[in-house]
Amino acid sequence: MAAQSTIEQPERTTAPAGATASATRRPGGAGTGLLRFARNTWRPAAVLVAILLVWWVVTAAELVKPYLVPSPGTTLDVVLAQPGYFTHHTWITTYETVLGFAIAILVGVLSAVVMVYSPTVEKSLYPLLLFAQVIPKIAIAPLFIVWLGFGLSPKVVVAVLMAFFPIVISTVTGLKSIDPEMLQLSATMGAGPAQTFRKIRFPAALPHLFAGLKVAATMAVTGAVVGEFVGANEGLGYVILQANGNLDTPTLFAGLIIMSLLGVILFVVVELLEYLVMPWHASRRTDAATTTM
Amino acid sequence: MTVGNTTTQRSADATATGAAVDIDEVAVRFRTKKKDVTALRDVSVRIEPGEFVAIVGASGCGKSTLLKLVSGLLRPSSGQVRLHGEDVRGPRRDIGYVFQRAALLEWRTARRNILLQAEMRGMPKAQARQRADELIAMTGLTGFEDAYPNELSGGMQQRVALCRALLHRPPVLLMDEPFGALDALTREQMNVELRRIWRETGTTVLLVTHSIAEAVYLANRVIVMTPRPGTVAEVIDVDLPVERDYGQTMSAPEFARATGRIRDLLGATTTAE
Ligand SMILES: Nc1ncnc2c1ncn2[C@@H]1O[C@H](COP(=O)(O)OP(=O)(O)OP(=O)(O)O)[C@@H](O)[C@H]1O
Ligand SMILES: [Mg+2]
Repeated sequence: MAAQSTIEQPERTTAPAGATASATRRPGGAGTGLLRFARNTWRPAAVLVAILLVWWVVTAAELVKPYLVPSPGTTLDVVLAQPGYFTHHTWITTYETVLGFAIAILVGVLSAVVMVYSPTVEKSLYPLLLFAQVIPKIAIAPLFIVWLGFGLSPKVVVAVLMAFFPIVISTVTGLKSIDPEMLQLSATMGAGPAQTFRKIRFPAALPHLFAGLKVAATMAVTGAVVGEFVGANEGLGYVILQANGNLDTPTLFAGLIIMSLLGVILFVVVELLEYLVMPWHASRRTDAATTTM
Repeated sequence: MTVGNTTTQRSADATATGAAVDIDEVAVRFRTKKKDVTALRDVSVRIEPGEFVAIVGASGCGKSTLLKLVSGLLRPSSGQVRLHGEDVRGPRRDIGYVFQRAALLEWRTARRNILLQAEMRGMPKAQARQRADELIAMTGLTGFEDAYPNELSGGMQQRVALCRALLHRPPVLLMDEPFGALDALTREQMNVELRRIWRETGTTVLLVTHSIAEAVYLANRVIVMTPRPGTVAEVIDVDLPVERDYGQTMSAPEFARATGRIRDLLGATTTAE
Protein backbone atom coordinates (compact mmCIF):
# COMPACT_ATOMS: atom_id res chain seq x y z
CA MET A 1 0.00 0.00 0.00
CA ALA A 2 1.32 3.37 -1.01
CA ALA A 3 1.69 6.44 1.19
CA GLN A 4 -1.20 6.97 3.57
CA SER A 5 -2.46 10.26 4.82
CA THR A 6 -1.63 10.74 8.45
CA ILE A 7 -4.59 12.99 9.08
CA GLU A 8 -7.45 11.14 10.67
CA GLN A 9 -10.98 11.61 9.51
CA PRO A 10 -13.18 13.17 12.18
CA GLU A 11 -16.51 11.46 12.65
CA ARG A 12 -19.48 13.32 11.24
CA THR A 13 -22.85 12.15 12.29
CA THR A 14 -25.10 14.83 10.88
CA ALA A 15 -25.68 14.98 7.15
CA PRO A 16 -26.58 18.32 5.58
CA ALA A 17 -30.29 19.05 5.50
CA GLY A 18 -32.29 17.75 2.58
CA ALA A 19 -30.04 14.81 1.91
CA THR A 20 -32.19 12.25 3.65
CA ALA A 21 -35.53 13.69 2.58
CA SER A 22 -36.28 11.60 -0.50
CA ALA A 23 -34.55 8.32 0.08
CA THR A 24 -37.41 6.10 -1.01
CA ARG A 25 -36.36 5.34 -4.58
CA ARG A 26 -34.94 1.89 -4.93
CA PRO A 27 -33.21 0.66 -8.07
CA GLY A 28 -34.74 -2.23 -9.98
CA GLY A 29 -33.19 -5.59 -9.16
CA ALA A 30 -33.55 -8.87 -11.05
CA GLY A 31 -37.17 -9.32 -9.93
CA THR A 32 -38.43 -6.04 -11.35
CA GLY A 33 -36.33 -6.73 -14.44
CA LEU A 34 -38.38 -9.87 -15.07
CA LEU A 35 -41.58 -7.97 -14.48
CA ARG A 36 -40.59 -5.37 -17.03
CA PHE A 37 -39.66 -8.14 -19.41
CA ALA A 38 -43.14 -9.65 -19.11
CA ARG A 39 -44.72 -6.24 -19.60
CA ASN A 40 -42.75 -5.77 -22.79
CA THR A 41 -43.55 -9.18 -24.31
CA TRP A 42 -47.34 -9.10 -24.40
CA ARG A 43 -47.46 -6.80 -27.43
CA PRO A 44 -45.49 -9.05 -29.80
CA ALA A 45 -47.48 -12.00 -28.46
CA ALA A 46 -50.70 -10.21 -29.40
CA VAL A 47 -49.40 -9.60 -32.92
CA LEU A 48 -48.60 -13.32 -33.25
CA VAL A 49 -52.12 -14.24 -32.22
CA ALA A 50 -53.48 -11.80 -34.79
CA ILE A 51 -51.39 -13.39 -37.56
CA LEU A 52 -52.64 -16.84 -36.55
CA LEU A 53 -56.19 -15.52 -36.71
CA VAL A 54 -55.70 -14.11 -40.23
CA TRP A 55 -54.17 -17.40 -41.33
CA TRP A 56 -57.12 -19.28 -39.94
CA VAL A 57 -59.68 -16.97 -41.58
CA VAL A 58 -57.94 -17.18 -44.97
CA THR A 59 -57.91 -20.97 -44.99
CA ALA A 60 -61.34 -21.43 -43.40
CA ALA A 61 -62.90 -19.20 -46.08
CA GLU A 62 -60.94 -21.20 -48.70
CA LEU A 63 -59.44 -18.03 -50.20
CA VAL A 64 -56.44 -20.16 -51.28
CA LYS A 65 -56.25 -23.81 -52.27
CA PRO A 66 -55.65 -26.06 -49.22
CA TYR A 67 -52.73 -27.86 -50.89
CA LEU A 68 -50.96 -24.50 -51.28
CA VAL A 69 -51.68 -23.14 -47.80
CA PRO A 70 -52.88 -25.67 -45.24
CA SER A 71 -55.09 -24.49 -42.39
CA PRO A 72 -53.66 -24.03 -38.88
CA GLY A 73 -55.74 -27.05 -37.85
CA THR A 74 -54.25 -29.35 -40.50
CA THR A 75 -50.75 -28.19 -39.69
CA LEU A 76 -51.28 -28.86 -36.01
CA ASP A 77 -52.79 -32.27 -36.80
CA VAL A 78 -49.68 -33.23 -38.77
CA VAL A 79 -47.51 -32.46 -35.75
CA LEU A 80 -49.82 -34.24 -33.29
CA ALA A 81 -50.06 -37.27 -35.55
CA GLN A 82 -46.31 -37.95 -35.28
CA PRO A 83 -45.00 -36.12 -32.20
CA GLY A 84 -41.91 -38.34 -31.95
CA TYR A 85 -40.86 -37.47 -35.47
CA PHE A 86 -41.06 -33.71 -34.92
CA THR A 87 -39.54 -33.83 -31.45
CA HIS A 88 -36.56 -35.75 -32.73
CA HIS A 89 -35.82 -33.44 -35.67
CA THR A 90 -36.46 -30.31 -33.62
CA TRP A 91 -34.06 -31.58 -30.98
CA ILE A 92 -31.38 -32.20 -33.62
CA THR A 93 -31.63 -28.68 -35.04
CA THR A 94 -31.82 -27.16 -31.55
CA TYR A 95 -28.69 -29.05 -30.56
CA GLU A 96 -26.76 -27.86 -33.63
CA THR A 97 -27.97 -24.29 -33.19
CA VAL A 98 -27.25 -23.96 -29.48
CA LEU A 99 -23.87 -25.66 -29.73
CA GLY A 100 -22.93 -23.49 -32.71
CA PHE A 101 -24.12 -20.37 -30.91
CA ALA A 102 -22.18 -21.24 -27.75
CA ILE A 103 -18.97 -21.91 -29.69
CA ALA A 104 -19.48 -18.67 -31.64
CA ILE A 105 -19.83 -16.72 -28.37
CA LEU A 106 -16.70 -18.25 -26.90
CA VAL A 107 -14.54 -17.85 -30.00
CA GLY A 108 -16.09 -14.51 -30.94
CA VAL A 109 -15.63 -12.81 -27.58
CA LEU A 110 -12.12 -14.20 -27.15
CA SER A 111 -10.97 -13.04 -30.58
CA ALA A 112 -12.56 -9.64 -30.01
CA VAL A 113 -10.63 -9.24 -26.74
CA VAL A 114 -7.36 -10.25 -28.39
CA MET A 115 -8.03 -7.90 -31.28
CA VAL A 116 -8.75 -4.95 -29.02
CA TYR A 117 -5.59 -5.46 -26.99
CA SER A 118 -3.31 -6.21 -29.95
CA PRO A 119 -3.51 -3.92 -33.00
CA THR A 120 -1.22 -6.31 -34.90
CA VAL A 121 -3.60 -9.21 -34.41
CA GLU A 122 -6.51 -6.97 -35.32
CA LYS A 123 -4.94 -5.84 -38.57
CA SER A 124 -4.08 -9.37 -39.63
CA LEU A 125 -7.33 -10.97 -38.48
CA TYR A 126 -9.83 -8.45 -39.83
CA PRO A 127 -9.47 -9.32 -43.55
CA LEU A 128 -9.78 -12.99 -42.71
CA LEU A 129 -12.90 -12.34 -40.68
CA LEU A 130 -14.45 -10.29 -43.40
CA PHE A 131 -13.66 -12.98 -45.95
CA ALA A 132 -15.26 -15.64 -43.77
CA GLN A 133 -18.31 -13.43 -43.44
CA VAL A 134 -18.86 -12.50 -47.09
CA ILE A 135 -18.40 -15.98 -48.49
CA PRO A 136 -21.91 -17.47 -48.98
CA LYS A 137 -22.36 -20.19 -46.37
CA ILE A 138 -24.58 -22.24 -48.62
CA ALA A 139 -21.67 -22.43 -51.07
CA ILE A 140 -19.11 -23.70 -48.60
CA ALA A 141 -21.42 -25.95 -46.62
CA PRO A 142 -20.91 -28.89 -49.03
CA LEU A 143 -17.19 -28.58 -48.42
CA PHE A 144 -17.73 -29.09 -44.68
CA ILE A 145 -19.77 -32.20 -45.43
CA VAL A 146 -16.85 -33.53 -47.45
CA TRP A 147 -14.44 -32.69 -44.69
CA LEU A 148 -16.45 -33.57 -41.60
CA GLY A 149 -18.85 -36.21 -42.84
CA PHE A 150 -22.59 -36.54 -42.71
CA GLY A 151 -23.01 -36.06 -38.95
CA LEU A 152 -23.88 -33.01 -36.88
CA SER A 153 -20.47 -31.32 -36.90
CA PRO A 154 -20.66 -29.68 -40.37
CA LYS A 155 -24.01 -28.13 -39.38
CA VAL A 156 -22.52 -26.83 -36.14
CA VAL A 157 -19.62 -25.36 -38.08
CA VAL A 158 -21.94 -23.49 -40.44
CA ALA A 159 -23.93 -22.22 -37.45
CA VAL A 160 -20.69 -20.98 -35.84
CA LEU A 161 -19.63 -19.28 -39.05
CA MET A 162 -22.96 -17.49 -39.32
CA ALA A 163 -23.11 -16.37 -35.69
CA PHE A 164 -19.45 -15.52 -35.19
CA PHE A 165 -19.22 -12.26 -37.15
CA PRO A 166 -21.88 -10.15 -35.38
CA ILE A 167 -20.46 -11.23 -32.02
CA VAL A 168 -16.90 -10.21 -32.88
CA ILE A 169 -17.91 -6.88 -34.40
CA SER A 170 -20.19 -5.92 -31.53
CA THR A 171 -17.68 -6.94 -28.85
CA VAL A 172 -14.84 -5.05 -30.52
CA THR A 173 -17.06 -1.98 -30.84
CA GLY A 174 -18.15 -2.29 -27.22
CA LEU A 175 -14.64 -2.70 -25.84
CA LYS A 176 -13.35 0.19 -27.95
CA SER A 177 -16.09 2.61 -27.04
CA ILE A 178 -14.87 2.84 -23.44
CA ASP A 179 -14.43 6.39 -22.19
CA PRO A 180 -10.63 7.00 -22.06
CA GLU A 181 -11.20 8.86 -18.78
CA MET A 182 -12.46 5.59 -17.28
CA LEU A 183 -9.18 3.92 -18.16
CA GLN A 184 -7.22 6.81 -16.65
CA LEU A 185 -9.34 6.61 -13.54
CA SER A 186 -8.53 2.93 -13.33
CA ALA A 187 -4.82 3.72 -13.62
CA THR A 188 -5.01 6.21 -10.73
CA MET A 189 -6.55 3.43 -8.65
CA GLY A 190 -3.51 1.30 -9.32
CA ALA A 191 -5.51 -1.29 -11.23
CA GLY A 192 -3.76 -3.67 -13.60
CA PRO A 193 -5.01 -4.51 -17.11
CA ALA A 194 -6.86 -7.64 -15.93
CA GLN A 195 -8.69 -5.77 -13.16
CA THR A 196 -9.55 -2.90 -15.48
CA PHE A 197 -10.93 -5.36 -18.00
CA ARG A 198 -12.98 -7.31 -15.51
CA LYS A 199 -14.43 -4.41 -13.51
CA ILE A 200 -14.69 -1.65 -16.08
CA ARG A 201 -14.07 -2.47 -19.70
CA PHE A 202 -15.98 -5.72 -20.12
CA PRO A 203 -19.14 -4.68 -18.22
CA ALA A 204 -19.13 -1.42 -20.19
CA ALA A 205 -19.09 -3.41 -23.44
CA LEU A 206 -22.05 -5.62 -22.45
CA PRO A 207 -24.80 -3.54 -24.11
CA HIS A 208 -22.96 -3.77 -27.43
CA LEU A 209 -22.20 -7.44 -26.91
CA PHE A 210 -25.84 -8.28 -26.28
CA ALA A 211 -26.93 -6.43 -29.41
CA GLY A 212 -24.55 -8.67 -31.35
CA LEU A 213 -25.73 -11.79 -29.52
CA LYS A 214 -29.33 -11.15 -30.52
CA VAL A 215 -28.41 -10.96 -34.18
CA ALA A 216 -26.13 -13.96 -33.82
CA ALA A 217 -28.84 -16.09 -32.17
CA THR A 218 -31.08 -15.87 -35.23
CA MET A 219 -28.10 -16.42 -37.54
CA ALA A 220 -27.18 -19.61 -35.71
CA VAL A 221 -30.59 -21.15 -36.52
CA THR A 222 -30.19 -20.21 -40.18
CA GLY A 223 -26.70 -21.69 -40.17
CA ALA A 224 -27.83 -25.03 -38.76
CA VAL A 225 -30.68 -25.33 -41.25
CA VAL A 226 -28.44 -24.35 -44.18
CA GLY A 227 -26.08 -27.10 -43.09
CA GLU A 228 -28.96 -29.57 -43.04
CA PHE A 229 -30.15 -28.51 -46.49
CA VAL A 230 -26.85 -29.42 -48.01
CA GLY A 231 -26.77 -32.94 -46.70
CA ALA A 232 -28.53 -34.49 -43.73
CA ASN A 233 -30.85 -37.30 -42.75
CA GLU A 234 -32.23 -35.59 -39.70
CA GLY A 235 -33.10 -32.10 -38.44
CA LEU A 236 -35.76 -29.56 -39.42
CA GLY A 237 -33.93 -28.68 -42.66
CA TYR A 238 -34.18 -32.32 -43.66
CA VAL A 239 -37.89 -32.40 -42.70
CA ILE A 240 -38.58 -29.38 -44.90
CA LEU A 241 -36.65 -30.75 -47.87
CA GLN A 242 -38.49 -34.09 -47.61
CA ALA A 243 -41.90 -32.41 -47.31
CA ASN A 244 -41.09 -30.20 -50.26
CA GLY A 245 -40.21 -33.21 -52.39
CA ASN A 246 -43.51 -34.89 -51.47
CA LEU A 247 -45.58 -31.71 -51.95
CA ASP A 248 -46.59 -32.20 -48.30
CA THR A 249 -47.40 -28.58 -47.44
CA PRO A 250 -48.79 -29.26 -43.94
CA THR A 251 -45.47 -30.85 -42.85
CA LEU A 252 -43.57 -28.10 -44.66
CA PHE A 253 -45.54 -25.46 -42.77
CA ALA A 254 -45.09 -27.28 -39.49
CA GLY A 255 -41.33 -27.45 -40.04
CA LEU A 256 -41.12 -23.79 -40.97
CA ILE A 257 -43.12 -22.70 -37.93
CA ILE A 258 -41.10 -24.81 -35.52
CA MET A 259 -37.90 -23.46 -37.06
CA SER A 260 -39.04 -19.85 -36.66
CA LEU A 261 -40.16 -20.56 -33.12
CA LEU A 262 -36.69 -21.94 -32.40
CA GLY A 263 -35.12 -18.69 -33.59
CA VAL A 264 -37.58 -16.58 -31.64
CA ILE A 265 -37.11 -18.60 -28.45
CA LEU A 266 -33.33 -18.32 -28.68
CA PHE A 267 -33.63 -14.59 -29.26
CA VAL A 268 -35.97 -14.22 -26.28
CA VAL A 269 -33.61 -16.26 -24.10
CA VAL A 270 -30.77 -13.88 -25.00
CA GLU A 271 -32.99 -10.90 -24.28
CA LEU A 272 -34.03 -12.41 -20.95
CA LEU A 273 -30.38 -12.90 -20.11
CA GLU A 274 -29.74 -9.29 -21.01
CA TYR A 275 -32.41 -8.16 -18.55
CA LEU A 276 -30.95 -10.35 -15.84
CA VAL A 277 -27.30 -9.44 -16.45
CA MET A 278 -27.86 -5.72 -16.96
CA PRO A 279 -30.87 -4.60 -14.95
CA TRP A 280 -29.44 -1.07 -14.96
CA HIS A 281 -29.52 -0.96 -18.76
CA ALA A 282 -32.98 -2.45 -19.08
CA SER A 283 -34.39 -0.02 -16.53
CA ARG A 284 -33.08 2.98 -18.39
CA ARG A 285 -34.60 1.69 -21.59
CA THR A 286 -38.07 1.30 -20.10
CA ASP A 287 -37.80 4.71 -18.44
CA ALA A 288 -37.35 6.17 -21.90
CA ALA A 289 -40.27 4.12 -23.15
CA THR A 290 -42.66 5.39 -20.50
CA THR A 291 -42.01 9.02 -21.42
CA THR A 292 -43.03 8.37 -25.01
CA MET A 293 -46.25 6.52 -24.17
CA MET B 1 5.66 37.92 -22.86
CA THR B 2 5.07 40.48 -20.16
CA VAL B 3 4.47 38.18 -17.24
CA GLY B 4 6.96 37.71 -14.44
CA ASN B 5 8.43 34.53 -13.04
CA THR B 6 7.20 34.87 -9.51
CA THR B 7 7.28 31.15 -8.92
CA THR B 8 10.66 30.28 -10.32
CA GLN B 9 12.45 31.71 -7.30
CA ARG B 10 10.23 29.62 -5.08
CA SER B 11 11.06 26.42 -6.90
CA ALA B 12 14.75 27.16 -7.17
CA ASP B 13 15.33 25.67 -3.74
CA ALA B 14 12.54 23.11 -4.08
CA THR B 15 14.61 20.00 -3.80
CA ALA B 16 13.33 16.82 -2.22
CA THR B 17 12.23 18.57 0.96
CA GLY B 18 8.74 18.73 2.39
CA ALA B 19 6.79 19.74 -0.72
CA ALA B 20 3.67 17.70 -1.47
CA VAL B 21 3.88 18.47 -5.16
CA ASP B 22 6.96 19.84 -6.83
CA ILE B 23 6.83 20.67 -10.52
CA ASP B 24 10.24 21.72 -11.74
CA GLU B 25 10.89 23.44 -15.10
CA VAL B 26 8.40 21.21 -16.84
CA ALA B 27 7.54 21.30 -20.54
CA VAL B 28 5.05 19.11 -22.39
CA ARG B 29 4.92 18.76 -26.16
CA PHE B 30 2.33 16.69 -27.97
CA ARG B 31 3.34 15.30 -31.33
CA THR B 32 0.47 14.46 -33.60
CA LYS B 33 0.51 13.68 -37.32
CA LYS B 34 -0.55 17.17 -38.29
CA LYS B 35 1.46 19.34 -35.93
CA ASP B 36 3.42 19.63 -32.74
CA VAL B 37 1.67 21.32 -29.84
CA THR B 38 3.55 22.75 -26.91
CA ALA B 39 1.00 22.45 -24.14
CA LEU B 40 3.20 23.53 -21.24
CA ARG B 41 6.47 25.41 -21.16
CA ASP B 42 8.74 26.35 -18.31
CA VAL B 43 6.27 25.57 -15.54
CA SER B 44 7.52 25.42 -11.97
CA VAL B 45 5.14 25.09 -9.04
CA ARG B 46 5.70 24.00 -5.49
CA ILE B 47 2.80 23.02 -3.30
CA GLU B 48 3.12 22.45 0.44
CA PRO B 49 1.27 19.62 2.22
CA GLY B 50 -2.26 20.63 3.18
CA GLU B 51 -2.42 23.53 0.75
CA PHE B 52 -5.46 24.20 -1.42
CA VAL B 53 -4.26 25.47 -4.79
CA ALA B 54 -6.53 26.46 -7.67
CA ILE B 55 -5.44 26.67 -11.29
CA VAL B 56 -7.18 29.03 -13.70
CA GLY B 57 -6.44 29.88 -17.31
CA ALA B 58 -7.90 30.02 -20.79
CA SER B 59 -9.24 26.87 -22.37
CA GLY B 60 -6.47 24.78 -23.87
CA CYS B 61 -3.68 26.33 -21.82
CA GLY B 62 -2.69 23.00 -20.34
CA LYS B 63 -4.47 22.81 -16.99
CA SER B 64 -5.62 19.23 -17.46
CA THR B 65 -2.18 18.37 -18.75
CA LEU B 66 -0.68 19.73 -15.54
CA LEU B 67 -2.91 17.49 -13.38
CA LYS B 68 -2.09 14.48 -15.54
CA LEU B 69 1.60 15.19 -14.98
CA VAL B 70 1.15 15.22 -11.23
CA SER B 71 -0.85 11.97 -11.30
CA GLY B 72 1.72 10.30 -13.53
CA LEU B 73 -0.80 9.64 -16.31
CA LEU B 74 1.47 11.71 -18.53
CA ARG B 75 5.25 12.09 -18.62
CA PRO B 76 6.79 15.53 -19.14
CA SER B 77 8.85 16.11 -22.28
CA SER B 78 11.40 17.80 -20.07
CA GLY B 79 11.67 18.78 -16.43
CA GLN B 80 10.67 16.88 -13.34
CA VAL B 81 7.59 16.22 -11.28
CA ARG B 82 7.92 15.07 -7.69
CA LEU B 83 5.24 13.89 -5.31
CA HIS B 84 6.36 13.95 -1.66
CA GLY B 85 9.94 14.11 -2.87
CA GLU B 86 9.57 11.06 -5.11
CA ASP B 87 9.98 11.26 -8.86
CA VAL B 88 6.72 10.61 -10.67
CA ARG B 89 7.45 7.87 -13.20
CA GLY B 90 4.13 6.16 -13.85
CA PRO B 91 0.51 6.41 -12.66
CA ARG B 92 0.53 7.19 -8.95
CA ARG B 93 -1.69 5.35 -6.52
CA ASP B 94 -1.29 7.86 -3.69
CA ILE B 95 -3.60 10.43 -5.26
CA GLY B 96 -7.31 10.91 -5.71
CA TYR B 97 -8.55 12.10 -9.09
CA VAL B 98 -11.89 13.74 -9.81
CA PHE B 99 -12.71 14.30 -13.47
CA GLN B 100 -14.96 16.92 -15.02
CA ARG B 101 -17.55 14.29 -15.78
CA ALA B 102 -18.28 12.13 -12.77
CA ALA B 103 -17.07 9.05 -14.68
CA LEU B 104 -19.23 6.64 -12.68
CA LEU B 105 -19.93 3.04 -13.64
CA GLU B 106 -23.61 2.99 -14.54
CA TRP B 107 -24.05 -0.63 -13.42
CA ARG B 108 -22.91 0.10 -9.90
CA THR B 109 -24.84 1.79 -7.14
CA ALA B 110 -23.42 4.91 -5.51
CA ARG B 111 -21.82 2.93 -2.70
CA ARG B 112 -20.36 0.30 -5.00
CA ASN B 113 -18.98 3.05 -7.24
CA ILE B 114 -17.21 4.48 -4.23
CA LEU B 115 -15.97 1.05 -3.22
CA LEU B 116 -14.47 0.45 -6.65
CA GLN B 117 -11.46 2.33 -5.33
CA ALA B 118 -11.11 -0.18 -2.49
CA GLU B 119 -11.57 -3.20 -4.76
CA MET B 120 -8.90 -2.03 -7.18
CA ARG B 121 -6.48 -1.39 -4.32
CA GLY B 122 -7.31 -4.54 -2.45
CA MET B 123 -8.23 -2.65 0.73
CA PRO B 124 -9.71 -4.68 3.59
CA LYS B 125 -13.48 -4.93 2.97
CA ALA B 126 -14.79 -3.97 6.38
CA GLN B 127 -12.49 -0.99 6.69
CA ALA B 128 -13.40 0.23 3.19
CA ARG B 129 -17.13 -0.07 3.88
CA GLN B 130 -16.79 1.91 7.09
CA ARG B 131 -14.79 4.60 5.34
CA ALA B 132 -17.34 4.73 2.51
CA ASP B 133 -20.16 5.20 5.02
CA GLU B 134 -18.22 8.03 6.67
CA LEU B 135 -17.74 9.77 3.33
CA ILE B 136 -21.37 9.21 2.31
CA ALA B 137 -22.46 10.91 5.51
CA MET B 138 -19.90 13.68 5.11
CA THR B 139 -21.02 14.52 1.56
CA GLY B 140 -24.72 14.25 2.36
CA LEU B 141 -25.40 11.23 0.19
CA THR B 142 -27.13 9.34 2.98
CA GLY B 143 -30.22 7.62 1.62
CA PHE B 144 -28.83 7.38 -1.89
CA GLU B 145 -26.21 4.70 -1.29
CA ASP B 146 -28.15 2.15 -3.31
CA ALA B 147 -29.19 4.44 -6.16
CA TYR B 148 -27.71 3.96 -9.60
CA PRO B 149 -25.94 6.90 -11.28
CA ASN B 150 -28.85 7.52 -13.67
CA GLU B 151 -31.06 7.98 -10.61
CA LEU B 152 -28.79 10.69 -9.15
CA SER B 153 -28.64 14.39 -9.93
CA GLY B 154 -25.49 15.86 -11.46
CA GLY B 155 -24.41 17.26 -8.10
CA MET B 156 -24.93 13.92 -6.38
CA GLN B 157 -22.93 12.14 -9.07
CA GLN B 158 -20.03 14.52 -8.49
CA ARG B 159 -20.29 13.86 -4.75
CA VAL B 160 -20.02 10.14 -5.43
CA ALA B 161 -16.96 10.79 -7.59
CA LEU B 162 -15.50 12.88 -4.77
CA CYS B 163 -16.15 10.13 -2.21
CA ARG B 164 -14.49 7.62 -4.51
CA ALA B 165 -11.44 9.88 -4.83
CA LEU B 166 -11.20 10.29 -1.04
CA LEU B 167 -11.83 6.68 -0.02
CA HIS B 168 -8.18 5.69 0.37
CA ARG B 169 -7.32 8.93 2.19
CA PRO B 170 -5.04 10.22 -0.56
CA PRO B 171 -2.52 12.81 0.61
CA VAL B 172 -3.08 14.68 -2.68
CA LEU B 173 -6.43 15.28 -4.34
CA LEU B 174 -6.51 16.37 -7.99
CA MET B 175 -9.73 17.87 -9.34
CA ASP B 176 -10.25 18.77 -12.98
CA GLU B 177 -13.19 21.16 -13.27
CA PRO B 178 -15.26 18.95 -11.00
CA PHE B 179 -18.21 21.32 -10.86
CA GLY B 180 -18.14 22.56 -14.45
CA ALA B 181 -21.36 20.78 -15.38
CA LEU B 182 -23.37 21.96 -12.38
CA ASP B 183 -25.82 24.85 -12.08
CA ALA B 184 -24.68 27.95 -10.19
CA LEU B 185 -26.58 27.19 -6.99
CA THR B 186 -25.47 23.56 -6.72
CA ARG B 187 -21.98 24.69 -7.51
CA GLU B 188 -21.96 27.13 -4.58
CA GLN B 189 -23.17 24.38 -2.24
CA MET B 190 -20.48 22.05 -3.54
CA ASN B 191 -17.87 24.78 -3.02
CA VAL B 192 -18.87 25.18 0.61
CA GLU B 193 -18.84 21.41 1.07
CA LEU B 194 -15.49 20.96 -0.60
CA ARG B 195 -13.95 23.67 1.56
CA ARG B 196 -15.31 21.91 4.66
CA ILE B 197 -14.10 18.50 3.47
CA TRP B 198 -10.67 19.91 2.75
CA ARG B 199 -10.49 21.31 6.26
CA GLU B 200 -11.66 18.04 7.79
CA THR B 201 -9.31 15.81 5.82
CA GLY B 202 -6.25 18.03 5.58
CA THR B 203 -5.63 16.75 2.06
CA THR B 204 -3.50 18.75 -0.36
CA VAL B 205 -5.85 19.85 -3.15
CA LEU B 206 -5.10 20.91 -6.71
CA LEU B 207 -8.25 22.23 -8.34
CA VAL B 208 -8.63 23.25 -11.97
CA THR B 209 -11.54 25.60 -12.53
CA HIS B 210 -12.93 28.14 -14.97
CA SER B 211 -14.65 30.06 -12.22
CA ILE B 212 -12.56 32.85 -10.72
CA ALA B 213 -14.91 33.14 -7.74
CA GLU B 214 -14.66 29.41 -7.08
CA ALA B 215 -10.87 29.58 -7.22
CA VAL B 216 -10.61 32.47 -4.78
CA TYR B 217 -13.24 31.20 -2.36
CA LEU B 218 -11.66 27.76 -2.12
CA ALA B 219 -7.93 28.23 -2.49
CA ASN B 220 -5.04 29.60 -0.49
CA ARG B 221 -3.20 30.24 -3.70
CA VAL B 222 -4.40 30.63 -7.25
CA ILE B 223 -2.12 29.81 -10.16
CA VAL B 224 -3.01 31.92 -13.18
CA MET B 225 -1.80 30.48 -16.46
CA THR B 226 -1.14 32.11 -19.83
CA PRO B 227 -2.72 30.80 -23.03
CA ARG B 228 -0.91 28.17 -25.05
CA PRO B 229 1.89 27.40 -24.61
CA GLY B 230 0.87 27.38 -20.96
CA THR B 231 3.17 29.03 -18.47
CA VAL B 232 2.54 30.38 -15.00
CA ALA B 233 1.53 34.03 -15.35
CA GLU B 234 1.30 34.73 -11.64
CA VAL B 235 0.54 33.03 -8.38
CA ILE B 236 -2.00 34.95 -6.30
CA ASP B 237 -1.96 34.51 -2.55
CA VAL B 238 -5.49 34.68 -1.23
CA ASP B 239 -5.42 36.45 2.09
CA LEU B 240 -8.81 35.36 3.38
CA PRO B 241 -9.50 33.81 6.80
CA VAL B 242 -9.47 30.04 7.12
CA GLU B 243 -13.12 30.12 8.20
CA ARG B 244 -14.89 31.28 5.04
CA ASP B 245 -18.59 31.99 5.13
CA TYR B 246 -19.74 32.00 1.51
CA GLY B 247 -21.75 35.23 1.57
CA GLN B 248 -19.25 37.17 3.71
CA THR B 249 -16.33 36.01 1.58
CA MET B 250 -18.04 37.19 -1.60
CA SER B 251 -18.30 40.72 -0.20
CA ALA B 252 -14.86 40.82 1.42
CA PRO B 253 -12.45 43.46 0.03
CA GLU B 254 -9.70 40.83 -0.26
CA PHE B 255 -12.02 38.69 -2.39
CA ALA B 256 -12.64 41.62 -4.73
CA ARG B 257 -8.91 42.34 -4.92
CA ALA B 258 -7.94 38.76 -5.72
CA THR B 259 -10.69 38.15 -8.28
CA GLY B 260 -9.97 41.54 -9.88
CA ARG B 261 -6.30 40.73 -10.19
CA ILE B 262 -7.00 37.33 -11.74
CA ARG B 263 -9.50 38.84 -14.15
CA ASP B 264 -6.92 41.44 -15.19
CA LEU B 265 -4.31 38.77 -15.75
CA LEU B 266 -6.60 36.54 -17.77
CA GLY B 267 -7.86 39.50 -19.78
CA ALA B 268 -4.36 40.81 -20.37
CA THR B 269 -3.01 37.47 -21.43
CA THR B 270 -5.85 36.68 -23.79
CA THR B 271 -5.66 40.04 -25.57
CA ALA B 272 -1.87 39.75 -25.77
CA GLU B 273 -2.22 36.67 -27.98
N1 LIG C 1 -3.22 13.70 -26.10
C1 LIG C 1 -3.02 14.86 -26.72
N2 LIG C 1 -2.51 14.90 -27.97
C2 LIG C 1 -2.30 16.05 -28.59
N3 LIG C 1 -2.54 17.26 -28.07
C3 LIG C 1 -3.04 17.31 -26.83
C4 LIG C 1 -3.32 16.12 -26.09
N4 LIG C 1 -3.81 16.47 -24.88
C5 LIG C 1 -3.86 17.80 -24.88
N5 LIG C 1 -3.39 18.32 -26.03
C6 LIG C 1 -3.25 19.74 -26.36
O1 LIG C 1 -2.61 20.37 -25.30
C7 LIG C 1 -3.20 21.62 -25.00
C8 LIG C 1 -3.58 21.67 -23.54
O2 LIG C 1 -4.62 20.74 -23.29
P1 LIG C 1 -5.34 20.64 -21.89
O3 LIG C 1 -6.37 19.58 -22.02
O4 LIG C 1 -4.34 20.47 -20.84
O5 LIG C 1 -6.03 22.06 -21.79
P2 LIG C 1 -6.93 22.65 -20.61
O6 LIG C 1 -6.27 23.84 -20.06
O7 LIG C 1 -7.30 21.58 -19.66
O8 LIG C 1 -8.20 23.12 -21.42
P3 LIG C 1 -9.73 23.13 -20.93
O9 LIG C 1 -9.87 24.26 -20.00
O10 LIG C 1 -10.48 23.37 -22.21
O11 LIG C 1 -10.01 21.80 -20.32
C9 LIG C 1 -4.38 21.76 -25.94
O12 LIG C 1 -4.01 22.64 -26.96
C10 LIG C 1 -4.60 20.41 -26.51
O13 LIG C 1 -4.96 20.49 -27.84
MG1 LIG D 1 -9.07 20.51 -19.23
